[in-house]
Amino acid sequence: MNSVVAGITYRALLGRRRIFLLLLLPLALIGLAVMLRVFGGDDPRSAELLMAKFAIGTMLPLLGLIAGTGVIAPEIDDGTIIHLMSKPISRPAIAQTKFLVAASLLAVFAAVPTYFAAWLLVGNEDGLAAGFALGALVAGIAYAAVFLLLGILTRHAVTIGIIYALLWETLVGSFVPGAQKFSIQQWALTIADQLSGTPFLTANVTLGFAVPALIIVTLGAVLWAGQRLRVFTLTGDE
Amino acid sequence: MNIELAQVSRWYGNVVAVNDVTMTIGPGVTGLLGPNGAGKSTLLHMMAGFLAPSGGTVTMDGTKIWKNHHIYKNIGLVPEREGVYGFLTGWQFVLSAARLHGLPDPVEAARKALATVEMEEPKDRRVETYSKGMRQRVKVAAALVHDPPVLLLDEPFNGMDPRQRLHLMDLIRSMGTAGKTILFSSHILEEVERVAQQIEVLVAGRHAASGNFREIRRLMTDRPHLFRIRSSDDRKLAAALMLDSSAGGVSLGAGGLEVQAVEFRRFARLLPRVARAEGIRLHEVSPADEDLESVFAYLINRSA
Repeated sequence: MNSVVAGITYRALLGRRRIFLLLLLPLALIGLAVMLRVFGGDDPRSAELLMAKFAIGTMLPLLGLIAGTGVIAPEIDDGTIIHLMSKPISRPAIAQTKFLVAASLLAVFAAVPTYFAAWLLVGNEDGLAAGFALGALVAGIAYAAVFLLLGILTRHAVTIGIIYALLWETLVGSFVPGAQKFSIQQWALTIADQLSGTPFLTANVTLGFAVPALIIVTLGAVLWAGQRLRVFTLTGDE
Repeated sequence: MNIELAQVSRWYGNVVAVNDVTMTIGPGVTGLLGPNGAGKSTLLHMMAGFLAPSGGTVTMDGTKIWKNHHIYKNIGLVPEREGVYGFLTGWQFVLSAARLHGLPDPVEAARKALATVEMEEPKDRRVETYSKGMRQRVKVAAALVHDPPVLLLDEPFNGMDPRQRLHLMDLIRSMGTAGKTILFSSHILEEVERVAQQIEVLVAGRHAASGNFREIRRLMTDRPHLFRIRSSDDRKLAAALMLDSSAGGVSLGAGGLEVQAVEFRRFARLLPRVARAEGIRLHEVSPADEDLESVFAYLINRSA
């Protein structure tokens, strides 16, 4: 963790219009929760649906994409990353710092709004709000790592990330039973299910699989990202 | 400190960008001269630890540069691309460099570096409001903030106005005199000549020539020159010129006369003398191959 790298990264992500991108989806989630409450849909069943389909299923991977790639891809694109990398700081330390920044942004912009939206609907009933918030937090951390790696591996991180987030996580992850085992979203739901006592949520992946999978994916992606930065190559214009 | 390149090559797929280059960059100012696309940036990136050589070794005082972030304690890098966070002020940018280096007194180091490049006055403005020359100077300040013994600059004079250019030239010269090892790349001979004691010429990925500016200048003026001449009587002039040994070949075409001058100086004196003696009026004398490309082409053929 390097405080200078973290400071510059926070400023790059929050200081400009990009912060609206981070705010848009959580505001939509809270807006939906408010509407459900106003129009009388604030039962545990619709709360669970909103959380599983929108908060975890849509908002989280997209925010993960914005924050995870956002902490590094623009800097690689415009060459500003050289400022950080031409210093006596180990490249894995730069990757780890970027990861921590992305993970913290997801905690603030995904996990907290998830808790708040669920709380608006059902209060603290059945531990639903806490369960989904924890699920969003852990899955957000994993997404931060995966999308950070993607942002280093390819210049088309956003395109590939959107295809992954929408196609794999949303469609395949929800409908193809075998693929569900390898979906960060499903792991998040497993954790949410574990903590909440709601009868409407049933996890498709066991906790014994989801927890190690989350840890391995997160650590693996951060370590790989560090190694990729070590061999980061500048290609000249010529 | 020395940067040593031993039989360094770099290829991208089938394209060879740098071909078997061996050179040592020592204290003082060295200019890396070559036309665009010659592989200057590729070579500089390998010296800066941002590109792995495909073959050979790049070391600094015996230490491998690739995959070694400790070298940046001793290297200051000014990349060609802008690479400056637009949302930071000049002061914040240079200060962040000082902090990233873990300097004991980052504030004082940043202040000193900004003073060196004369950027104290606009230091509190955001970098995105700077002109290209100002950004370039802020980059130099950030590269100098830890007072490195080695400084690498990729096309540092690009986009600078003449006054800024002169100032940076003075700065580079004085740092070279102070014993720092400085390498900068450029495709402009005059720039290199004015600043560098040592010139390394790179053409088509190959190390085409090496020497001080006098040696390089001589190489460039002593080469055969091609002149295009239009006169009142081309045929008569052609015949008269061929009598002298400084004219290697003459061809007569619709557009005038093309003369291959073997000895540049002698030919330059010969031409007006002959024209006057023969009563021929010269309408146009123009070098047909004065561009750097042909100079470099000559050098590469000579070294091959």
